Amino acid sequence: MHIALLKVTTAFYLVGALLYLYFIVTLKEKSAKLGRMFLIIGVVLHAIGFVGRYFAAGYTPITNLFESLSFFAMSIVAVFLVTELRYKLRILGSFIAPLAFAFSIFSAFQSGDVARLAPALNSYWLPIHVMLLFIGDAVFAVAFGAGIMYLLQEKEVKRKRLGAIFKRLPSLDVLDEINYRCLTVGFPLLTLGIITGSIWAEYAWGSYWSWDPKETWSLITWLLYAALLHGRLTVGWRGRKAAILAIVGFCAILFTFLGVNLLLPGLHSYTSLSG
Amino acid sequence: MSSIVIVGLNHRTAPVEVRERLAFPADSIGRALRGLVELEEIAEGIILSTCNRVEVCVLAGGDSYKGVTAVKEYLASYHGIPGDELNGFLYHYDGEAAVKHLFRVSSSLDSMVLGEPQILGQVKDAYGFAAEFRTVGPILDKFYTKAFSVAKRVRTETKVASSAVSVSYAAVELAKKIFGSLKDKTVMLIGAGEMCELAARHLLSAGVKGIMVTNRTFERAVKLAEEFNGTPVRFDELGTHLKTADIILSSTGAPHFILKKEDVEEVIRIRKNRPMFFIDMAVPRDIDPDANQIDNVYVYDIDDLNNVIETNLEERQKEAARAEEIVAGEVRSFFRWLESQQVTPTIVMLRRKFEEVKNAEVAKAIAMLGAEDPKTKKVVESLASAILNKVLHPPITALKKDVDGRDVTELVATVRELFDLPENGGNQPPAPDPQNEKEGG
Repeated sequence: MHIALLKVTTAFYLVGALLYLYFIVTLKEKSAKLGRMFLIIGVVLHAIGFVGRYFAAGYTPITNLFESLSFFAMSIVAVFLVTELRYKLRILGSFIAPLAFAFSIFSAFQSGDVARLAPALNSYWLPIHVMLLFIGDAVFAVAFGAGIMYLLQEKEVKRKRLGAIFKRLPSLDVLDEINYRCLTVGFPLLTLGIITGSIWAEYAWGSYWSWDPKETWSLITWLLYAALLHGRLTVGWRGRKAAILAIVGFCAILFTFLGVNLLLPGLHSYTSLSG
Repeated sequence: MSSIVIVGLNHRTAPVEVRERLAFPADSIGRALRGLVELEEIAEGIILSTCNRVEVCVLAGGDSYKGVTAVKEYLASYHGIPGDELNGFLYHYDGEAAVKHLFRVSSSLDSMVLGEPQILGQVKDAYGFAAEFRTVGPILDKFYTKAFSVAKRVRTETKVASSAVSVSYAAVELAKKIFGSLKDKTVMLIGAGEMCELAARHLLSAGVKGIMVTNRTFERAVKLAEEFNGTPVRFDELGTHLKTADIILSSTGAPHFILKKEDVEEVIRIRKNRPMFFIDMAVPRDIDPDANQIDNVYVYDIDDLNNVIETNLEERQKEAARAEEIVAGEVRSFFRWLESQQVTPTIVMLRRKFEEVKNAEVAKAIAMLGAEDPKTKKVVESLASAILNKVLHPPITALKKDVDGRDVTELVATVRELFDLPENGGNQPPAPDPQNEKEGG
């Protein structure tokens, strides 16, 4: 039941994404509103499925690739819906909804069977550590989308040919503000996620930090965002530079999350494709 | 028969010297409207007077040709201009062409700048004056209401009015895409040029917080600053004030750049990269165009802005074809309604006339039969009614039938002539008994 529910949300995200894409082409408001409705229904079903699986499995379902990709997709959609509400920026959906759908469909192709929980994961640190990181990552996913939009719009204004993109994308200012806002929300989540992970590692593996590939890449990601935050606050990095760093930062997140699991074996290998 | 007639001139048919002589100032338009509808030929009237066009739209009672002549004579006599002097400048439309013309004018398809938004407001004002002075009746009322809704459709369904087509509007549009809200932004006006002042005015009405004005002659800056409610800045202090300016409008007569790329780099560093938008209207240019390469700095010169509006104009032209389609469809549907307004009273009169004949003949027949028998009376009456209905059915159906390209006015005139129907019966209420419209037995 929960597996079906989690997988059916993919269809809602697909329709939502298509409606948002239709919106960016035709600029028909109705399409964006309908798209948002599909995303809202999708995310609600998703949450119900998540809770259902929690009770069925007996642990927080964020332990394997199916579960974590699914949870990530849900977080992205939720964070996007909040951002859209805050900034009244429908067009953002044309960039974020397809991204959420991509994670969702990736998840849907994984086996959804409930496996026995690895003993090391059986801890109340699991939900805290993993959820903090995924929600933080979802916030950075929105910053990534805003970053791409910023670069597109900036190019349009700089090269002085004001076409379809110029008309459709919002002001550079609001895109930069989303970038900053996401950083101030995402960075503390990322930091807390890494700290709780470290504490948990001390309990589980007997060491706060063991330079396992996932830890190393988390640190790289954290340093990237720390540099961006520092640059913003001290010398006023903004605009193009901030947008590029938000994009690079999200790529680092993706590598930490997926690349490390699939390519670099280590202590964190719970979410490999076979899992 | 009544028909809609439009007589007027615009920027294409008449030079400004002629247009200004024919203009109707708002304070005397009531008198002009009253005088217009006092004419024998004219039942309803609306006068549109803008700097680009003067148009008189009337519902002419009789022949449309007479209506045109009456309006032309009225225009000439009202303004005290000999009629033949005006003739070469005036155009006139009647019937379907008049409907199309007003729809195109309100949708800004006939404007000097295609898609410019002011014209619809001006047409609405013209209608408002006519409503105020009660020179608009049911037909023109419906006509103008329809024109407003057509204009709205064109605006929402096409992109004919979507992007800026003047340099100063393009500057405002760009500023909004760079800064989002302009509420907390400051403008620096360097030098004095007409185009810069216009752009500054547009930026002020778009809500910028403040404006600084600088000029090589400080007195000039003071004077201009007063006009804009801004702050004058001495030209040699430009450097120190530049860092507080977000939008810089420049048009000095300087023979070389007054701001080099290094200067801008310096300022943007002090501003901690808060964006700056330079609008350089000067020729030769005031601001090094290479400054555009600096992050968060945007430099547009006059050619860049002209290119922007040229692209926008091309897009408008493309969209105009779609707008014309919308207008054409609306013209057909409105004109059909207009025709039905002529047909209905004719049918009513036709039927009334036959009923009168029938009633008289039935009364005569019953008197001749001398029958008191209610059954006989009933048979005679129903015989007469049946003949009447069957005879009238084909012509009424023909009148009501909707055929493209058919001249309803002519048809109605023929019917009226054939059956000797009164010319002025058009305003009488429609058939009192709807039963009569049906084919009886």
